Amino acid sequence: MDLTYTEEEEAFRARLRQWLAASLPELPPRPDPLDWPARRAYDTAWQRMLYDAGYAGLHWPEAAGGRGATPTQHLIYLEETEKAGAPYVGANFVGLLHAGPTIAAEGTPEQRARWLPPVLRGEEIWCQGFSEPDAGSDLAALRTRAVRDGDDYVVTGSKIWTSHAEVADWCELLVRTEPISEAVPKHRGITWLALPMDAPGVTVRPLRTLAGSTEFAEVFLDEVRVPAANRVGAENDGWRVTMVTLSFERGTAFVGEVVACRRTLAELAAVAKETGRWDDGAVRRQLGWLNAEFTALWRLTQWNVSESERTGGVPGTGGSVFKLRYSHARQELYDTAARVLGPDSLDLDRDWTLDKLSSLSYTIAAGTSQIQRNIVAERILGLPKGR
Amino acid sequence: MDFQPTKDQQALRAGMRDLLAARFDRQALRAAVERPGLDRALWQALGDAGFFALRLPESAGGVGLGLPEAVLVFEEAGRALLTGPLVATHLAAGSVAGAASGESVVTRVDGPLVAWLEEADHVQGDASGARAMRSVDPLTPLHRSRGTRTPEPEAVLLAAAEQLGSAGRCTELAVQHAKQREQFGRPIGAFQAVKHLCADMLVRTEVARAAVYAAAVTEDPYEIAGAKLLADQAAVRGARDCLQAHGGMGFTWEADVHLHLKRAWVRAEQWQTADEAAEVLASAL
Repeated sequence: MDLTYTEEEEAFRARLRQWLAASLPELPPRPDPLDWPARRAYDTAWQRMLYDAGYAGLHWPEAAGGRGATPTQHLIYLEETEKAGAPYVGANFVGLLHAGPTIAAEGTPEQRARWLPPVLRGEEIWCQGFSEPDAGSDLAALRTRAVRDGDDYVVTGSKIWTSHAEVADWCELLVRTEPISEAVPKHRGITWLALPMDAPGVTVRPLRTLAGSTEFAEVFLDEVRVPAANRVGAENDGWRVTMVTLSFERGTAFVGEVVACRRTLAELAAVAKETGRWDDGAVRRQLGWLNAEFTALWRLTQWNVSESERTGGVPGTGGSVFKLRYSHARQELYDTAARVLGPDSLDLDRDWTLDKLSSLSYTIAAGTSQIQRNIVAERILGLPKGR
Repeated sequence: MDFQPTKDQQALRAGMRDLLAARFDRQALRAAVERPGLDRALWQALGDAGFFALRLPESAGGVGLGLPEAVLVFEEAGRALLTGPLVATHLAAGSVAGAASGESVVTRVDGPLVAWLEEADHVQGDASGARAMRSVDPLTPLHRSRGTRTPEPEAVLLAAAEQLGSAGRCTELAVQHAKQREQFGRPIGAFQAVKHLCADMLVRTEVARAAVYAAAVTEDPYEIAGAKLLADQAAVRGARDCLQAHGGMGFTWEADVHLHLKRAWVRAEQWQTADEAAEVLASAL
């Protein structure tokens, strides 16, 4: 049990910190959250800066154009960028954390050469076409059909809650290539395709979230022709390919945000001291409890990372344990903020109000808490499948 | 950074588990419930195995290990519901004669409660005027005292490690039962309501584990307070959920679940309570 970093890791941290201090002032002001073209420009500019400095795709394998950094270095990267107030991965989220790693792991050399460099350089944005109106957490029930016609698949159906669809160039699309039947269980017969978002027959209709923004959209697919060469993995093997993607999502996607929550908590304590709410012992102890919570979540991250470093594999089911606890802790943080801020917590011009609203998605997105509990119970604890 | 236990640490933990399986199995546990009292031979065996002298330097006749190792063996003690003033005697090794070797039983006034007062050979702190109470935990005799609490971070952490062990054991017991017990023609573990109960137990245990192990490495008093807070929660809530998963059987004296719950309550009152820990953690903000 060791929590110290090697000299090499500390040197990596020092270089990164220095670069961040020099580079962040060059970034333009943050865009309006409602202005998607501006958000895309801002996020891709940041990605380009990372690329030029050699930090793009840090944890991707070198064969995929990444830096082949160890999970510990990736952890240091997340910690330092958050501490420095650097932008989040933003619109590059799906490309860098889902589609990219999936293509790196499962794609052909041609596919890696076509799709990975533009993600790393911040030139192309990806979105995720997984969920459907009747297939959200029950992903295997998806119904968007793809029928082979010569060198193309012809795709018809619709996707929903598709983040970044408004500005995406590509969509990692799950389609059904074999109808569900007694012979074909529903998680079979699914295929992973890279869909160009400008293909004829693709219609994007932004959805407004409860926070008032258009974080995601509906995507309608009307006889869209997708070249068969855009298929990653074998036909009908998309479920397994997708599981590769999801283990990345649950394993690493929220890690940097724990650091952000610790910073928000410190700010909240400062506000409580200014306004006198600190004198209320119940509020004060609740803040103390959150301190324990987010410190432990950071330690749990280090535990999971050092475990995956030992096994040398992709992040495992430990990601579900983390996601379950973190998504609820984040909501508790904003409930506590409301206790501290009182009426001000209802002011949409307060920074925290929008964050509070967006925190409501954390127990739903990337597999609801209920689905995560099933995963923990069945895959870690070995309880029988059932309802 | 390799936060996982080393091979030596894994071997130490396995050794402690084997020792307890041989000397304090379920039969011994239930016998202790029926005939309360400290098993001096077992205490001596723990001393011989280095349980109390674990962190004493080798030059002083100890094992020369650190807090991470102590946390692992105390976690095993918690799993097995091992009885006696384990933390107080461990802390007294090196300062109270016979504590390190397991020849003496040492208790300490660690607040308004004193455990094992009548069985102890040495009492640290002022226990004058202490009154015996009918302890809720049949395996921990308690006295009420006028003592004030002086939580030593190491004591707080070792108690947290015991809570962690108890939380882990309760998760196992609930899962075992949920796989075996059939209702409506299927194991109850196939029902989502039971599954989610078990999943939450595991999540609380694993979060507490990260906190306890990290605090053992850093020895940071704020992290130690956090470890106790989360381990108390994991142990108390875990035992309650385990009881629930056992249904009617869980409410009986025959099931071990109530013993875990009662001990978890006792430990939650010892060394540092949740409110005290939360105040410490707030003071760090």
